Parts: sequence; C-alpha cells; structure tokens
Amino acid sequence: MTNSKTKVEGLSSTSRRGFLRATATAAGGLLVSLYLNKHTTAQEGVKPSQLPPPPKKDFPPDAFVRVTPDNKVVIQVNRLEFGQGVHTALPLILADELDADWSQVVAELAPAADVYKDPLFGIQMVGGSGSIAHSFQQYRELGAKTRAMLVAAAAARWNVAPDKCRTEASVVRGPAGQSLKYGELAAEAARQPVPATVRLKEPSEFKLIGKQVKRLDSRAKCDGSLKFGLDLDLPGMLVAVVARPPVFGAKVKSFDDGEARKVEGVREVFEIPVTRGGTGVAVVADKYWTAKRARDLLRIEWDETSVAREDSTKLFEQYRQLARTAGLSAAARGDAKAIERVAPADLFVAEYEFPYLSHSPMEPLNTTVRFDGDAAEVWAGSQFQTFDHAAVAEVLSLKPERVTFHTEMAGGGFGRRAVPDSHVQREAASIAKRFKGTPVKLVWSREDDVRGGYYRPMHVHRVEIGVGPDGLPNAWRHVVVGQSILADTPFAMMMKDGVDSSTVEGVNDTHYWVPNFAVSVHHPKVNVPVLWWRSVGHTHSAFVMETLIEELAMRAKVDPLAYRRRLIKPEPEAKKLLAALDLMDEKSAAWRNSLPKGHAVGFACHESFGTGVACAAEVSIRNNRPWIHRVTVAVNCGLAVNPLTVESQFQAGVSFGLSQLMAGGRVTLKDGRVEQRNFDRYVPPYMPDAPVTVDVHIVPSAEAPTGCGEPPVPVLSPAVVNALSKLTGKRYRTLPLVEV
Amino acid sequence: MAKYQLNVNGERREVSVDPSTPLLWVLREDLKMTGTKFGCGVSACGACTVHVAGVATRSCVLPVALLGERPVVTIEAMANDPVGRAVQDAWVERDVVQCGYCQSGQIMSAVALLKQTPKPSDVNIDESLGGNLCRCATYVRIREAVHLAAQKLK
Ligand code: FES
Ligand code: FES
Repeated sequence: MTNSKTKVEGLSSTSRRGFLRATATAAGGLLVSLYLNKHTTAQEGVKPSQLPPPPKKDFPPDAFVRVTPDNKVVIQVNRLEFGQGVHTALPLILADELDADWSQVVAELAPAADVYKDPLFGIQMVGGSGSIAHSFQQYRELGAKTRAMLVAAAAARWNVAPDKCRTEASVVRGPAGQSLKYGELAAEAARQPVPATVRLKEPSEFKLIGKQVKRLDSRAKCDGSLKFGLDLDLPGMLVAVVARPPVFGAKVKSFDDGEARKVEGVREVFEIPVTRGGTGVAVVADKYWTAKRARDLLRIEWDETSVAREDSTKLFEQYRQLARTAGLSAAARGDAKAIERVAPADLFVAEYEFPYLSHSPMEPLNTTVRFDGDAAEVWAGSQFQTFDHAAVAEVLSLKPERVTFHTEMAGGGFGRRAVPDSHVQREAASIAKRFKGTPVKLVWSREDDVRGGYYRPMHVHRVEIGVGPDGLPNAWRHVVVGQSILADTPFAMMMKDGVDSSTVEGVNDTHYWVPNFAVSVHHPKVNVPVLWWRSVGHTHSAFVMETLIEELAMRAKVDPLAYRRRLIKPEPEAKKLLAALDLMDEKSAAWRNSLPKGHAVGFACHESFGTGVACAAEVSIRNNRPWIHRVTVAVNCGLAVNPLTVESQFQAGVSFGLSQLMAGGRVTLKDGRVEQRNFDRYVPPYMPDAPVTVDVHIVPSAEAPTGCGEPPVPVLSPAVVNALSKLTGKRYRTLPLVEV
Repeated sequence: MAKYQLNVNGERREVSVDPSTPLLWVLREDLKMTGTKFGCGVSACGACTVHVAGVATRSCVLPVALLGERPVVTIEAMANDPVGRAVQDAWVERDVVQCGYCQSGQIMSAVALLKQTPKPSDVNIDESLGGNLCRCATYVRIREAVHLAAQKLK
C-alpha cells in the first residue's frame, strides 16, 4: 500500500481527474460538485460557457458539499462508514478548511458514482486503510475552494477585497465589521468562479483537524434510530433467503419445495446461480421469518461430483509438505545458501499454522434491489461500490447509469463487504429480477455467513534462522504457504511474478535487517473462497515475526526491546516504527516494572499500511486462558486527523485481532463442509476476552496521515502470546490458542 | 397465523403472526421497530437484547407465543427512561460506538445491570455484558461508559 511521506502543507494541487463546479440549488443554496473529465487535465478555471450544463436536480449525485440557505453544510462522504469513523473524519477535514460551524455540519454517505472513486485506487472503495490517507488532500481542497467562493461573494457584496475578509463558524466577516452567514451567501457564491488553486491552512490554523472530535453518528447508534442496510423497509418489500450448496461450487440436482410453499407468506421458490459456479435455491417471502422457516423445509439434492471437497487436516498436511520446499521468490538478499551452512547448534527452525477465519461482521450480509425493467435501485453497505454497482447492472442487463446504488450504513465489515466478485449483490439481483417493480431484500443469516466462505486464508509458515555469535540472526529462510487473495480477481494484475504480496506482507518488507534473507511463497489452489480480513497478511505475518523476534531475544538473553532496536535497520523507512517503539517503551515502563506475581509482559511492534505500532500487554492466566489486564499502544500514523478516532480504533482494533487467539477462533472443513455454523462454535472475542484497559499514545507528527483501521489488528496476539510464553515456558505456534 | 396482544414500550400492539415467530422479528418486521438488531438468531451475541418484564432477554429465541402478558421494553424507549438516558449520554460522551450495530443490545444489557446494581464492579460488568458480542470490540470504552453512567446516576 502507498506510504506517502509528503508533509501536510502548501497550496492545493490542480485536480488531475476533473474540476469543481459550483451551482445554485433551487432553494437558493450553494452546491459544489466535482465533474470528471476523462480527456483533459487541469480544467479548473475554464469559462462558464465551456462548462457542461448545470445539473437539473437540486441534489445531483456528484455533489460533495451543499451549503443550504438555513446555514447547514451537507457533506458527501465518498466511502462506506462501517465503524472506522470516516463519516466524521472526512467532513471534519472539509469543514476545517471551509471554516464551517461544526454543529451545522451534516454528513451523508455518497451513492456509487465515478466522482466518489478513491483518488488513488481509482475505484470507489474502502480498503488498505486508505480513506484518510487518500482523501485528506481532496477534502481539504473542497473545503478551501468552497470557502473561497463564499468569501468572494461576500467581498463582492461589500465591494471590498476578498483578502480583507475573514471566516469563522460559517460566517464571513468584512473589514468594517460586516458579517454574513454562509447560508445567506450561498446563492451568490454559486455564481462565483471556482478558484483554480487555493491556499490551504497551515497546521497551526487547524480548528478541527488534530483535535478530539466526537463522532457525528453516536446518538443515532445509541437510540436505535440509525438505519443499517438490514433495517431498510420499503413499501411492498419482500425478503429473500437462499439455500446454498454444502460444498462450494456444488449445484442443485433437484429440489422439493412442496412443504416450503405451504408456509403462509411464501411468494416464490426458485433456483439461482451462487458463487464459484454453484447454484442454490432462493425462497422469497413477505418477511424474514417466513422465508427462513420455508427454507428449513426445502428438500434439496446436491450434485457435488465436480467440486473438490476440502478437509482442513489434509490441507494442513499438504501445506506443511509444501513449506519444506522453496516457493516463488518474494524477497531475496545476500547469500541464499548461507542458511545451509549454519551449524546445527545455531540453527533455529519454527513452523506456524493459521486456520481460516470468518470476518462475521455484526450486521449480517444483505442487499436490497428493486428492478424496474429499464432501471434499478440498489441499497447495500458496500466497501466496493464500483464493483457491486457494475455487478448488479450486469445481472440485470442494464447500463450502469440506469442503476442507482445507495450506500447504506454497515454494521462492520472488516473486508467482508469488499468482495471482487460481488457475489451477494449478484444473488440479490438474480432474485429481484423475478419481481419487477418490487424491492427484494436478500438476507444472509449468521449461519450463511459463517459457512459462506470468503475467509482469511489458512497459512503455514516455515522459518529457518541461523543465529550469529552476537545473538542476532544472520541467515533467514522463510516459506509461506497460503491461497492468493488476488488471483482470479480484477486485482490479479497487482501480483508480481505469481506472488501475491498480501500473503507475505509484513515478512518480505520487514524492518528487521538480516544480511542473508530469503522469503518465498506457495499459493495452492483450494476450493474455498478467500478474502482480505482486516489487516490482511499482517494478521499472520506479524504473529510469526514478533513471536520469533522475542524468542530470539530470550535465546540471546537480551532485553526484547533492546534486541528489536538492534535489529531494526537504521533507515528512514523504519523511523515511524522506531518512534512508536520508543513511545511505547516510555509509556509502559512504570507498570512493566511493578508487575504483580503471576503476571508477565509481552511486546510486539509492527508497521502496516504506513502506520507504525508498538504494544505491551500485561497478561496472567485464568481458566486456562490469557487474562489481559492492560495494554499500552503507541501509534505513529503521521498527522492524527481525529485523535479521538485513532484512540478508539486502536483500543478496539487490538482486540479485534484477538479473534485469532480465541479457542473457537477458526473455521475448519471436513468433507468439503464448514464445521462451524454460528457464534456458538466460531467464537470471536467477548468482553472478558478483551483487555480491561488500553492506553493509546500517538507519536506527534506533521507528516501526511496514514491509516488506522487495520494497523491495530496485528500487534496484540503476538504480544499476548509472548507474555504467555514467559509464564508457561511454552511456545505457541499453532492458532487458535486452544489452551495455554 | 395467530393474533397476539403485546405491550411494547407501554403501548398495546396487536400482531397477527405465526406462533413460532421470535419476538425479535415481530418487533423488526411487524412493528417496524428496527432498533433491536439481528446478529445470530441463537442467543449467542446479544444484539437483540430487550427487557421482558424488566429482565434483559434475547428476543431472537423468544417465540411471541411464549411472551404472555409480560411487557416488552426496547431501545426505542431508552431516551425516556432515566437510567436509559444516562447510559445513552455516557455512551455518546465516551464516543463508544464504532459500527454501532451491537450497541442497542449493549445499552439494553447495561441499563438492566444498572437498575439492579447501581454501582457495578468490573466483574459485574463482565457478567452482565459478557454475552454481548461487539465485533468491532469496543469493550474498553463500553466498560468506561457503564462506570460513567453509574457515577452520573448517583
Ligand atoms: S440475535 Fe439474539 S443473541 Fe444474537
Ligand atoms: S460497534 Fe460494531 S459491533 Fe459493536
């Protein structure tokens, strides 16, 4: 992922992808929209006559900012909100440059449209912890330009120079004490040209950026009024569930829906295509409970003849074998043969196993589609609007511009709503196609979700390390076995020489420096759909690296933090991580040095998505499980746009990462069938499993902001296990942690 | 189908549903009160927690036919309940929510706890909220907000 090192400063750049356009709304407001121009660059500043006709609707789907006559500022958020706080962070960035009255700001999730694509990735999406990193500059410019137009309007009215005017809290003040609210200026501002460039604030001028700003969506999420995708209720809406094959890719041979159709409220039962070339049986009814009851009564015979029936135990055996052979090279430096010359006493070999993991976001997967024959409307909590929108259009044989795609608030996602094949939306569209004019909501039950695939892939790591006389590794050979996430998706072009970097990230680009270093990878083909799971490869790579480093430190009888400092290469790229390590060291020193009996401390540090993180965990053992009393985390994410969100993401995100330590934190297959069904057997962390307190410390920085959604996840599991090892003397290389 | 008279948030409501229908789906689909959430359907996550005769109850496994006369209170009524309001305010003050999907259930469990145990210990909190899954894992701030609400209610 990109790791931008630019400083937060300066003039705005001219947008490469389009130009801003101001228009008046019918109600006398100001609307600032982005127009895309695919053929020319730098169209800003063109004369009004050259502009496309103003949008007819009061609120076109390409608007970013709307200033209403009653002084509200409505800001479109170009990506999904599913917990990460972007619905507050992006508006606050824009509002800061706009000098808007924060109490008058309203945030809305933007629908699918080209203008809302991620400026770097080129598709509308949430992923790679890039929301703030990629849209920071974009939203600042939008705010600053809108402000400039409001100021120009006021200056024109007062007949003064614009630079004699000041702005604060949605008011423009003139040199003679005049003042006008933004709302009063909105209509006139719409007639001002959009400035080509605009001065952005110096960090010292920020009023919201860098301050603790509370979420805009808290109250509605506490009083039950916020509508998630699953809460959608449209007139005449039907609800669908699907009976999917017990093995991925299997097909319906025959089905008997006699009993199902007798359930009062059932409308239709029919076969639809599902993922991996399989088919399933859709049941459509007036309500969820009706559909679910009817589905339970279906008798389906499946054809499993042409699909592989995977078995976790056998897969692990296979993977272990593969790990003993060299794979495709993912990193190589120094002498590749050095490891073979290491004396047995200095050779250290470790093998790790990681199971499949389900994301299981709290809100079950769902999508609503209404097909109107020549048009359609979709409602989905989507991390990948661009793909999901196109997929629905394709299934319905419509041009994408005939499909309106609303982004719904989502109850978590962690990657599960960023699916390159859009299988949920395809199912929903296939079903809705049969009910012209009627909205149909497809609901996945929790069982559907846990059994439904798209897991964090299972992995085996085999690491051989030659330890030098100084106790530091001088040869390192690392083989990773795991399915590629990118292969066979539109992202496959990101693979280099057959290597999916998301399988080895965190290993091949480690900041630890070993002179003779080789990483290779095997990507077996397995009949289980896999997907990025919050922090992707770092979930397992950080666990391997950080438990190994601490073990090597103990072997060398060196303090584990000192050992890390010695091994981290003294290069500018490692500066962020080192600063986080130092801050964590400082902030945890007091409690680390006065641990109660039976408690131990474990450490981990890891950089992912450009953000350096270090953590220390205080652990004891209770009921054969780790009891995590306290965690200190230090974060280096460049400029912290909203430190409150950073704190909250890290306090909670470290515990999300504990999913893989939970005794029930695994998905396994037998005879092609997933063995877990629901939270009774696939068990994520609950409150007693999480740390009692987490104190988060942010390294002060004026560098460009980097992500905070994924970087919390990798660090806590290795830190906890490092502490456990001190208490029990055992090593834990197979996850989940069934017992300590 | 059968007719049921319910008392929800102090109001009489009548529904005509299959007797097996869990209270959760009656609330969400028949009464259009979607503040109560569906997370698992098997009493394993707490997203559907409501108060039945004052007791925190998983509405996803309570068939409406077994409800009887017992009054039901949901998240939609919490703003008008002194303890409920204090808990919601504490949640907002501590900026607890992330995706927010579990929080109706968390708040219903917290209110039930505080009504029984006005000064809960961490162990009390673990016991009462320990079955409420938060997949975003906002547990640290939930715990702080429960303590804060308790303080405010003094
Ligand atoms: S939905 Fe009722 S406990 Fe999960
Ligand atoms: S806030 Fe997302 S599940 Fe709790």
